[in-house]
This record gives sequence, structure tokens and C-alpha cells, in this order.
Amino acid sequence: MATGQLFSRTTQALFYNYKQLPIQRMLDFDFLCGRETPSVAGIINPGSEGFQKLFFGQEEIAIPVHATIEAASAAHPTADVFINFASFRSAAASSMSALKQPTIRVVAIIAEGVPESDAKQLIAYARANNKVVIGPATVGGIQAGAFKIGDTAGTIDNIIHCKLYRPGSVGFVSKSGGMSNELYNSIARVTDGIYEGIAIGGDVFPGSTLSDHVLRFNNIPQVKMIVVLGELGGRDEYSLVEALKQGKVTKPVVAWVSGTCATLFKSEVQFGHAGAKSGGDMESAQGKNQALREAGAVVPTSYEAFETSIKETFDKLIEAGKITPVKEFTPPQIPEDLSFAIKSGKVRAPTHIISTISDDRGEEPCYAGVPMSSIIEKGFGVGDVISLLWFKRSLPRYCTQFIEICIMLCADHGPCVSGAHNTIVTARAGKDLVSSLVSGLLTIGPRFGGAIDDAARYFKDAHDRGLTPYEFVEGMKKKGIRVAGIGHRIKNRDNKDKRVELLQKFARTHFPSVKYMEYAVQVETYTLTKANNLVLNVDGAIGSLFLDLLAGSGMFTKQEIDEIVEIGYLNGLFVLARSIGLIGHTFDQKRLKQPLYRHPWEDVLYTK
Amino acid sequence: MARKKIREYDSKRLLKEHFKRISGQELPIKSAQIIESTDINELVEKEPWLSSSKLVVKPDMLFGKRGKSGLVALNLDFAEVAGFVKERLGKEVEMGGCKGPITTFIVEPFIPHNEEYYLNIVSERLGNSISFSECGGIDIEENWDKVKTVFIPTGDSLTSENVSALIATLPLEVKGEIEEFLKVIFNIFQDLDFTFLEMNPFTLVNGKPYPLDMRGELDDTAAFKNFKKWGNIEFPLPFGRVMSSTESFIHGLDEKTSASLKFTVLNPMGRIWTMVAGGGASVIYADTVGDLGYAPELGNYAEYSGAPKEDEVLQYARVVIDCATANPDGQKRALVIGGGIANFTDEQKLKEANMHIYVRRGGPNYQRGLAKMRALGEEIGIPIEVYGPEATMTGICKQAIQCITASA
Repeated sequence: MATGQLFSRTTQALFYNYKQLPIQRMLDFDFLCGRETPSVAGIINPGSEGFQKLFFGQEEIAIPVHATIEAASAAHPTADVFINFASFRSAAASSMSALKQPTIRVVAIIAEGVPESDAKQLIAYARANNKVVIGPATVGGIQAGAFKIGDTAGTIDNIIHCKLYRPGSVGFVSKSGGMSNELYNSIARVTDGIYEGIAIGGDVFPGSTLSDHVLRFNNIPQVKMIVVLGELGGRDEYSLVEALKQGKVTKPVVAWVSGTCATLFKSEVQFGHAGAKSGGDMESAQGKNQALREAGAVVPTSYEAFETSIKETFDKLIEAGKITPVKEFTPPQIPEDLSFAIKSGKVRAPTHIISTISDDRGEEPCYAGVPMSSIIEKGFGVGDVISLLWFKRSLPRYCTQFIEICIMLCADHGPCVSGAHNTIVTARAGKDLVSSLVSGLLTIGPRFGGAIDDAARYFKDAHDRGLTPYEFVEGMKKKGIRVAGIGHRIKNRDNKDKRVELLQKFARTHFPSVKYMEYAVQVETYTLTKANNLVLNVDGAIGSLFLDLLAGSGMFTKQEIDEIVEIGYLNGLFVLARSIGLIGHTFDQKRLKQPLYRHPWEDVLYTK
Repeated sequence: MARKKIREYDSKRLLKEHFKRISGQELPIKSAQIIESTDINELVEKEPWLSSSKLVVKPDMLFGKRGKSGLVALNLDFAEVAGFVKERLGKEVEMGGCKGPITTFIVEPFIPHNEEYYLNIVSERLGNSISFSECGGIDIEENWDKVKTVFIPTGDSLTSENVSALIATLPLEVKGEIEEFLKVIFNIFQDLDFTFLEMNPFTLVNGKPYPLDMRGELDDTAAFKNFKKWGNIEFPLPFGRVMSSTESFIHGLDEKTSASLKFTVLNPMGRIWTMVAGGGASVIYADTVGDLGYAPELGNYAEYSGAPKEDEVLQYARVVIDCATANPDGQKRALVIGGGIANFTDEQKLKEANMHIYVRRGGPNYQRGLAKMRALGEEIGIPIEVYGPEATMTGICKQAIQCITASA
């Protein structure tokens, strides 16, 4: 065990197992103390490498992340403290490899529940190699104004309140991490504050003991008095008793051992700490307090009187002129984290994204305010989900059924259309599902699949302006625009598209009005006089019927309908539907283990 | 999580299983366990030696001095053992000031013997102490000066050199066997994460060591690496402690969470109840109530720490409040919700009950947490006194006592 100071204002640590909050709290403490370098030199996160962004005051810094302890030690040879936030399962192994690094001197182990036999191995190794283990089962420790381990001393408010940003004259050591924080507060109230405070941890065999640290404090000139908070169970306090009796501790020691209540319990009780177990008289709080008192420590009559004893001891030191007045300074303001400031209502910040269709923050996700459970319980279909997420309202069942029919009709159109072809070629090139799917989807546009929107736009415009089919068709021809939704490669007057007939039949049965479809049929009647194959095709049927759905359901205002047509909702219907087929083609090609597709030379006209 | 006593039956089970694995030798001990649900006929079928040998039966309840208390019966046949057990199963006895029912017995072959050796291994900070005596048995305490102890530092193994001080005075005929035995037991001790092991006594049967009585403690924090070796191990409560349903509920919560949740009812009729955060602070709160002379009114010991999740704290608080309000008697009661200044536990939790509540807490976000407590007091009309880190930690104990005495 080292004999004097463990830390200074330039001490740097390696932090094992990345935890954002404790590291940030260490860096905030550094900034508060006016340290020039951050106290965390590197982070070890097994299996990952790179940098972590953290704040050092107002500025962001990037702290290197290493995959192994060896690499971190090699990269930061001046970092001699190892702060281990590993779980109790892996804490022992990682602590041992840290102790074996020649550049590491102090290892602090936070985990609670490290097996006793493992802790003993660490203790033996540390003793043999003159290294220091703090913990396990501890929050760590702090040297005021210099260096802080992890979460020690809690919030910045508390650190400022307890004046831990600058050194005082009191050395403090306790078993309990929570109580160390409490005592920093008490000590700050009645003395000039902490010089160094260590929580050794609540385990049966802590890596370093109360007396180890008391003896160390005794060697630090700036420490003028020592405060010890022990606990029932174990015999650690007796090594302190011995040290006191042998005169090894020359500075005043104020001590209290908690757990006097254990005598109230008839049978054994396991208190919160593993080491706190009511055993024999030797291990009782009463026995230890008595022994410490007899060895010359100042021991109060109860915990309530502890603070007073500390005050009296400190006041005597002042009278004796042994305390040099502390140079006070106002620590810099730590910028508050935005999230914390918002939570406490101090600041507001504009959001960067707005969303109106769904919410995943509650007990269950909602689509347009409808919770998932009622979507399932009410037996909604895909059409209903589309109506919620696209139109933000529950449309009547005939409408959502119509949407579903459209999706089913448009789901696929064979392997030869451009989208499916692209998907097949991509899948055969060995690409993944998403690449194959989007390569197909990317062909959807003005020439492939885009006609539904156009059909709806033109039919709506012509119908609403009261154009006769003749005026409409000839007007389009004059402008050089093809009438979308009219014309088919093979279908004709005598052999109409089955899909169109199905849609029309459904709409006539269920829709309150089919005026746009009737208009489209009138247009078809006119175009058929020009050519046999200028029939109303499936795009035209869907486009016109969708106009009827929007207008006839009575659930959309005129502006809403215009907007839906303008934005291109109907194209979305085609994209969604066709994705089903494109995914199918991808799987089909993969299942068939088709090789890379290469277009044959013979099928290309090579020419100048 | 800490050192836990195990039953003699389990100690011997582990010993027998792992003696063979580690030394290659069979340890010829046999033992059977009888509890309330044991089917005697099935047991005999599984352990036929029970009906063919003379037997010893004793309670297996983690307490010692059974021989001196007349709780050991020797040289019985199985029918007599069954009778002995039937007479005592579930009956209360008092041992060392603790009262409790006997629920578990261990039955073994009766071994007439002359030699009684004592062996004890204890885990210590810097190694393990191993003690041995040729004068073991029920009078070991009278013969304590004959016990020899060597200390084996962590990392060292038991060798002929360091063990020699223990066995130097043994007759040469048995010395080799016992040396070998000690080495194997020491290995088992370390290999299975024992923290304490005692045989008082072990004897020799046909020249081979044979443990008659055994006590063991395991480090239950090592369970994660030993679950296979330990098998179906039980960590019984100390004798005299019967876990109430509420206590076992919290115990269950504690085992599932990475945080720490402890709850012990001390006096169900008590009028001061505590719910304190932090392993260190919780003890001090109980101390303070005791210091002020109101220990008998203390209803419970309760501790939660290690950043438990909000719903865990809620469930925990419900139990504390249920227990605290279970026995209304018209007198005032006080619930002390206390704690030190937290290092990392966020302070925006807790719930309420039908009594005077005293709160003192500090830590991340404490202002908001405490403000909520105050608002809650007004809302539900229950007197709640709320303090932050500016007040002393245990001051609310005094107030709580003043409250319950004012109307008493």
C-alpha cells in the first residue's frame, strides 16, 4: 500500500466499461477545480474502439476508446488510476489485468458482489506489487480540488455545497459510499472541508482498509485531522486501533462505528452491506467504538453527536494554530446539460422534427391516436392502418376495403415489367433484400406505375371544370399530353381488363357516388371511337374511383382532396402494393439460386 | 450478497461429490435429509442403507451444541429415527436466545469411534487459516489450547511443509492419511468458494478420515461461477428467523435486481417505521432510534440502494407501508423516509400512507423530489415533514419519536 498521496491535480485515469454519466461528472469536477487536463485519459470498452464525445466545461472533447486494457495503458502511460465499472461477474478479471499493467498504480472497483476469493487474489497481488485497490462495492473517493472517482460526491451542486472543488484539512475514510457523501456535507459545515475522502466499500474484505488510508492521511502534511466512519461486522477497525495504540497516527482521529442497533435484533440480520453482519462482541459496533475510544480516538456517544465531535476537534486545531486558512475562490459555472435544464423548466428549446401520425412514447404505440390494442381488437385490416397513417382518420370499412383491393390488384404484374426486372437483376447480382427491392422501386415514375396520380389529377381537373370528354381529350392532345389512365397494350373494347371490371363492380355496390368513375367511362367511350385499345385501364380506374372515395365519403374537405391529389398519395398506394411483389421476386431468385444476370450480346444492337 | 451458512446435509453433499472429483478417492460418508414433505418410504428406497445400518439423527438448522442440548439421538434403527423426527418436527426449541421450529433433520449411519479430530478453515483477508486438533468433539472449547493453527497466504497451497505444524504430534500410522485429507479439504474449500468450514469431529474408519459433524459457509456472490458445482444449494435463514410473506417478497425482488433491497420486520406492532436509502445510512437510522431509547417501537429495518428502478422502489414502498399500517391501534405512527446524500440515485420517487411521514434526502434532483413530497402532503392531507441536505441526516428520527410520544 502506498504511503502518501494517491492523486494530484494532474492525475489521469483509465475508465473501464463506458458509462456516460460518471465520466461526465468527473470531467465537470475537473472543470470546477480549474484542472487543465481532463482526469479521464482513455476509456476501455471491450470490443470497441474510437472516441467518445464528452464535455469539458463548455467545450466538447473526444476521449479515446480502446478495446483492451493493455492497449489503453500503452496509449496513456501517464494514466495511473484505473476506474473499473465492470459488472460483478467480470470486475475481478479486469481489475487483475489492470493491476498487472506496470503503469497502473490505483484500481477502484465499483461493482458490488465480487466474490470474496477473487477480491482476496486482488488484495494479495496489490500488496506484493505495492499497488492500491479501492473497493469493491464502493463509489470511490475524491481528493478535493484535484481528482474524483466516478460518481463520488454526487451532483455538482453538492460538490460546490461541500466545497470539494478546493482542498480543506480533513482526511476522511468510511466503508459506506452513501455515507461518505453525507459526511462531506457534515464536515464542510463544521470545518474548512475535505482534503481527501475515500469510501473503501462495504465488502467483508475491502481492497484497502480504513487503517491503510488513515496511515496514508497521517503522512500527508495538508491533512490536519482524520475522520473515520466504520461499521459493525469484520475486524478492520481493530487494525486502526492497533495503529493508534502503537502511536503510528499522530494526527487527531474522530471515529464512529455505526450499527449499535444490531443488539436490538435477536437473530442475525444481514444489513445492506455484505460486510455488515452482526457477529460476536468483537465485531459489534459497541465493541469497536469502545476499543477506538480506548486507543485514543475521539468517539462520540452517538452518530447524532459525530458532527459536534468533528467540530470540537477542528476548533482545537485552529486554536493551536495548526490550520492554515484555505484560499477561497469562486468555482466557474458549469454549463447545465440541456436535458437537465429542460427538465427543471429553466430553458426551452425548439424541436427539430414534428410528427402527427403516430406516437410510440406511451404504454403502447398509437396510430393517429388509436392505440395498437384497439386496432387489433377491432379487427382492423391493412386498409384501416393506411387510412390512419396516411389520412389520419378512420375511414368507413368500404373505403378501407377498397384500399385493400387496390393493393391486392397492384401487388405484382409479372417478372417482365421494369420494376420486377430490375429487382430480379439486382437479386441475381447477390445483393441483399433491401437493395433488390429499392432497385425495383426506383423505376416507378412517370412511365412505370406513376399513372394513377396523373389519371386522378386530369380526370378531376376536367370533371370539375365541366369539360366534355371531347374537350378534355382533344385539349390534352393539343398540349401533347397522353391521357393517363386510358389505353392498354393488349386489352381492347371486346376484351376489357378484368381488374377494372372488379373495381367498378365493387364501387357501384358500395360507394355512395361514382361520378368521377362515370366521367372516366365517358372519356373511355370517346377514346374507343379513336382506337380499339384506348380502354380505361387499371390506373385510370383506381385514380377515378379514389376521387369518388374522397369526395363521396364526406370525410374530406375540398382542400384536403386537392392536397391529397397534389402530394401524390395514389402513387404511394402503387409503391406499397408493388413492394409486395418485388420482395417476392427477390426471394424467388434467391431460392432458385440464380446466377448473375448478363444480357446477351445478340440482344443488343451495336451501332455507331 | 455475502457469506451464507449452508445446512450440514449440503456441506456433506458438496464434500462427497467434490472429494471424488479432486482426489479421485471415494469418501464413504452417507447422509439423508428429512423435512416435513419427505416421504419416508421413498427415502428408504433411495437410500437403502437407512434400513440396514444403525443411525444417528439430529436437527440440521445451522445451530451448534446439539449434542449438549440433547438433540442428537445415536444408535437407532430407521423406525426409531422416524419416531424421533415425528416427535420433534415443527416443534419450537430455544437455542442461544433464538426460538424457532425445527424443520430439517439429517440422518447418517451411526459410526462408533475413538478418535475425534477437529478441523476448521476460515477465509481471512490475506489468506486462509487452517486449524487442527487431535482433541475434537463436544469438548473442543475446553480443549481450545490444544488447537493448532497455520495461516496460508492467498495464492499458496497446502504443502507438507506448511501443514507439518498441525500434524507433527500424530502417530505415524495415521499422519500420512490425515495430511492428505487436509490437503484435499483445503482444495475443496478454495475450489467451491467456501468462506468457512468446520469438522468437529472427524474420525477414522478403517484408517481413513471420516467426517462426523460438519458446518459450512459459502460466499453467495460466487454463485454465478459455481452454480454447477453447488447444485441445488439452499441458503436457509439463520435459526429463529422466519421470513414473513412480505419479507420474502422483498427478498425475491432483491434477488432479481442489480440494486439492493433489504427488509426485515423487527416488531409488527412498532410505531416507527423506516425506509432508508443506502447501506450505510440505513444502519445509522436504526442506531439513532435505538440511541434515543425507542428501539422497541422500531418496526423494521429497511434499506434500498444501488439505483433501483422506479417500479422497484414503488413495489418496495408499498410493502413498507402495508406493514407499517397493518396493525392500527389508534395511536400515532411515524414513517421515516430517510437517506444520506445520494451519489447517483435520482430522487423523484416514493409514495404515501396513513400516518405522519418524515422525509430527509439529498442527491441528484433532490429539490424536485422533495417538492413533490411536500405537494403530495398537501394534496392527500397527511402531515409530511420534508428536509434536504441542509438538515442533519438523523434529525427526523427525534421528530418522529416526539410525534408518537406526544399522543401516547
